[in-house]
Amino acid sequence: MTLLSEFPSIPDLNLALREHRVNAVELATDALRAARSHADPHVFLHIDDELTLAQARDADHALAAGTAGPLTGIPIAHKDLFVTRGWRTTASSKMLANYTSPFDATVVDHLRTAGTVSLGKLSCDEFAMGSGNENSAFGPVRNPWDPDRVPGGSSGGSAAAVAARLVMAATGTDTGGSVRQPAALCGVSGIKPTYGTVSRYGIIAYASSLDQAGPLARNACDLVPILDAMSGFDANDSTSLESCDGKPNATGRIQADFSAAQSRFEAAGARPLHGLRIGVPREFFNEGLAACVAEAIESALKVFESLGATRVDISLPRTRLSIPAYYVIAPAEASSNLSRYDGVRYGHRAEHYGDLIDMTSRSRTEGFGDEVRRRILVGTYVLSHGYYDAYYLQAQRVRRMIVDDFQRALTEECDVIMGPVTPDVARRIGDNKQDPIADWLADIYTLGVSLAGLPGMSVPCGFGGSAGRLPIGLQLVGRYFDEGRLLAIADRYQQVTDWHQRIPGLA
Amino acid sequence: MALTEQDIAWLARLSGLQLSADDQQRAQQELTRILGLIQELQAVDTHGIEPMAHPLAAHQDIALRLRDDAAEPPQSVVLRDTCMANAPAAHEGLFLVPTVIE
Repeated sequence: MTLLSEFPSIPDLNLALREHRVNAVELATDALRAARSHADPHVFLHIDDELTLAQARDADHALAAGTAGPLTGIPIAHKDLFVTRGWRTTASSKMLANYTSPFDATVVDHLRTAGTVSLGKLSCDEFAMGSGNENSAFGPVRNPWDPDRVPGGSSGGSAAAVAARLVMAATGTDTGGSVRQPAALCGVSGIKPTYGTVSRYGIIAYASSLDQAGPLARNACDLVPILDAMSGFDANDSTSLESCDGKPNATGRIQADFSAAQSRFEAAGARPLHGLRIGVPREFFNEGLAACVAEAIESALKVFESLGATRVDISLPRTRLSIPAYYVIAPAEASSNLSRYDGVRYGHRAEHYGDLIDMTSRSRTEGFGDEVRRRILVGTYVLSHGYYDAYYLQAQRVRRMIVDDFQRALTEECDVIMGPVTPDVARRIGDNKQDPIADWLADIYTLGVSLAGLPGMSVPCGFGGSAGRLPIGLQLVGRYFDEGRLLAIADRYQQVTDWHQRIPGLA
Repeated sequence: MALTEQDIAWLARLSGLQLSADDQQRAQQELTRILGLIQELQAVDTHGIEPMAHPLAAHQDIALRLRDDAAEPPQSVVLRDTCMANAPAAHEGLFLVPTVIE
């Protein structure tokens, strides 16, 4: 058991810190102990006691001086895709095994300024490519609910650390579902905000037109201050937005929208979500969906109906096409982004080589794992002469059609879209080793939201699998910049359910 | 459409990767399968649809922001040294690579 598991939420822990019932150094010391002695040695890739304790001492000073904020002293950790000064940054790749970042990612910087205490770096799929956290050069992460199963990915270490109560929250990144899917499979809550609201500066690039950072935590309420602190315009990211539908893209926006929605729901009395139209895409309930997941989603929708919401049958006819569109666009961008790893300025260099070309290609081949090499090859193919128009531009056209479907549904038919995150509960470690493409097909419910850049989240909504002990996630998709309201809707659900309070065996 | 051994060799070269005979064979099978998957896109009628590069383009006018073409103040020597420390081979502030021109 960790000291953190005694506090049900970030506000509870914040209150305990303010009332000096516990201090940040005590919390950090216990969390470091728990992280080091955790049953799964692969969750954390790098821990450094001194760096963590220095942040905890700063937090205690702020608490003593009365300058503490809602996140002061809260233990978190970062997906190893965020560059950090002090802690190593590897993207779970042999390529970057010895890399030292000269700077902190903007998100890391923001959370540090907000007073959080970082416990270090969390494992992920190599360069964020994967959905099982098996594609790590440093060993697979286990699902805290069943050590024989994957935690999901690519933010698998983040989801596992939150589920196991090793941290109160963790950062993740979502390119095709990499926050929502591991959150679902580990029974925690996670949100990917609207593309452009959180800076990508210092996040090791995978597919830049899709990459977006988002937090994972135990519940929707806890996600609010973390996401709010992470968000904001950053001149260092050329896709960072200065404003969100007229409101400045700055810390405070999401918290304000969340509080406003919360007040409206509160004022509505016994049917807080009265008037909310939930769009349920019929394409999300196809033959590929496991019965236990379908049942859990159905029960969750009934809870929302009991809160006053109405259910609308909608169609996202191109759901199936999001798989080929994504698996053209993402590898294309990846092959371009990863061309920087040449063994010259940083990263792995082969021990033996001939000329410059040989050195570069040997270094890349040795430094990248199977999935990364696979996606680079696919990306290179679809961008190559003669195929660029047929594949890459065609995928971008289909992308627009997919996005238009979401826009039509969210502006004309419903206020929020809900459905499953994954077709099934977490699979066993090693199961798709012989068929790496099988995992790609399982991304079907998350890819469209990523292609559209819409905010999407996952909250725990039940359990399934052989012993009925594996978490299931409910996906909520909002309109552009709707993060605050989306989190408030999820919070209403969590006020009347307790799925998010269940604690796994490996905690 | 099945990829040939030559296709894979050409792709590996473009990708800056060296594949062993085993890897090459596996890549041939996998990529042929992946192409089958993405082939579905060809059947979609996209006549008159503009390719979409930025995900928010459906919601608002969007243009990538460019910074002013102005020199940044020089970085510290410490930062430069931290960056150079990541180089696999360096000498007096320069990156070392195999001889390119004799």
